[in-house]
Amino acid sequence: MSQAILEIRKISGHAGSVPGAGVRREFEVCKLIDTTTCIGCKACEVACLEWNGLTFSETTFNNSYQTMPDTQWNYWNLIKFNEHEREDGTLQLLMRKDQCMHCEEPGCLAACPADSAIVQYVNGIVDFQQEHCIGCGYCMTGCPFNIPKFSPTARKVFKCTLCVDRVTQGLEPACIKSCPTGCLHFGTKPEMKELAENRATQLREQSGFANAGVYDPSGIGGTHVIYVLHDATNPEAYGGLPKDPRIPWTVKLWKSPLKWLGNFAIIGGLVGVFVHYLRFGPKVIPPDDEPPQGGAPPQERGPQQGKRP
Amino acid sequence: MSASPVFANGRVLRYSFHERLGHWLAAVSYIYLLLTGLAFWSPWLFWLAILFGGGTVSRELHPWAGLVFVAATLMMYAMWGKQMHETREDEAFWRAVPHYIRNEDELVPSADRFNAGQKLLFWGFFWCGILLLLSGLILWFPQLIPWNLRYLRYFAVIVHPAAALLTIGLFIIHVYMGTAMERGAFGSMTRGDVSIGWAKKYHRVWYERLMRASR
Repeated sequence: MSQAILEIRKISGHAGSVPGAGVRREFEVCKLIDTTTCIGCKACEVACLEWNGLTFSETTFNNSYQTMPDTQWNYWNLIKFNEHEREDGTLQLLMRKDQCMHCEEPGCLAACPADSAIVQYVNGIVDFQQEHCIGCGYCMTGCPFNIPKFSPTARKVFKCTLCVDRVTQGLEPACIKSCPTGCLHFGTKPEMKELAENRATQLREQSGFANAGVYDPSGIGGTHVIYVLHDATNPEAYGGLPKDPRIPWTVKLWKSPLKWLGNFAIIGGLVGVFVHYLRFGPKVIPPDDEPPQGGAPPQERGPQQGKRP
Repeated sequence: MSASPVFANGRVLRYSFHERLGHWLAAVSYIYLLLTGLAFWSPWLFWLAILFGGGTVSRELHPWAGLVFVAATLMMYAMWGKQMHETREDEAFWRAVPHYIRNEDELVPSADRFNAGQKLLFWGFFWCGILLLLSGLILWFPQLIPWNLRYLRYFAVIVHPAAALLTIGLFIIHVYMGTAMERGAFGSMTRGDVSIGWAKKYHRVWYERLMRASR
């Protein structure tokens, strides 16, 4: 990526084509997680903390190998363990590395009201800019994967950056670097998609996983983190991976039709009262010809001798 | 004979000090809520948040201002709730609203202390205020809503702006009528009194009852 931004698009006074045009490969990056070869060693969890300078958090034991129930604002990478009972009664220990999916159509970004607090780079990485974050937490509502987490100390929201600082320098993310089994891969989206499909085909044809497949959900335009699953028909079994993730419909309704309807109504209301004033003007009060009925006449003392209560 | 409700200067008390205080507590907090809320509503209005100390400050203070507004609304409910009940005259008033709009006020039936439009304003703000409070509490602490109750957050992000928009509509009409359209109405909410002509024109039933009571 660091080289790509210096690629030349146009050249002044130059005869012939731009050198290298159309040669460079895809910009969009992708992380591939092959859950079928993950051994749950958690090296990626440690590498994430190390590279991003995060503190070790307290672990929660819940009769499982899982470090804690969910990712946290300062724990962006968590392997979710699930003892899954298959239809034939046999057990399968499913392990899925959970982190930001870097959606092509990010729900967090759609819901965020703060200027520049969430950006999506051309390479597909979705990144939070904490200096612009106002801590409203709307991103948490927009996200279909339960990823952005609020920090009570910073009062801002944090999540996995896909190690954008490493990727821009031509390095792979820290989690990829640390994986001992090679179940994590990093490259361009088409490359990773091809590798994932090959692996899924292999699982179906040679390993007896008839439902093996690739998780790259289309409801959010695909993701820049994709999974190979033994059973792609049941992603929920992998620690609650949503089957058909979408931006919540109320967020879409709020950000588009309601917004236009509301803007139209507010401007219409302001114009309406102004035009009413031009057309009809203020109401006129007839001169007070009747003396007040009952009580003392105005020239005598009223309650509190004319002082206002 | 009890004391006259008419002051020596020939004006009538319309809103007591506590009524005015409750109203302005609500008004000031509402205007702050409106301006910071609009900042979060549209990126084109985010500069409003900068005006009030930045996005983070606005986000921190908006819920607290909301609590002030709710308290003021409850205060007004305690003072006016009974007077805001619908009466038979309200229906006639609604039928006469086209005349009211065209300033053909002689064709508008006389109203009690609050006319049907004021009642709509009051209950509109009251019920929208409840919706804004409930959804606002969720939006205040989204991190405390567990994932399996996330539908509460989905509910809140649509209910909060929708209810706010309804109040904005009421607010625009209320401010226009209270300042530009009905001369004297603004004074009734600041100094508390109105002229006898004003009282007779807009709230004759109330005015006459006031006079009978003091007789």
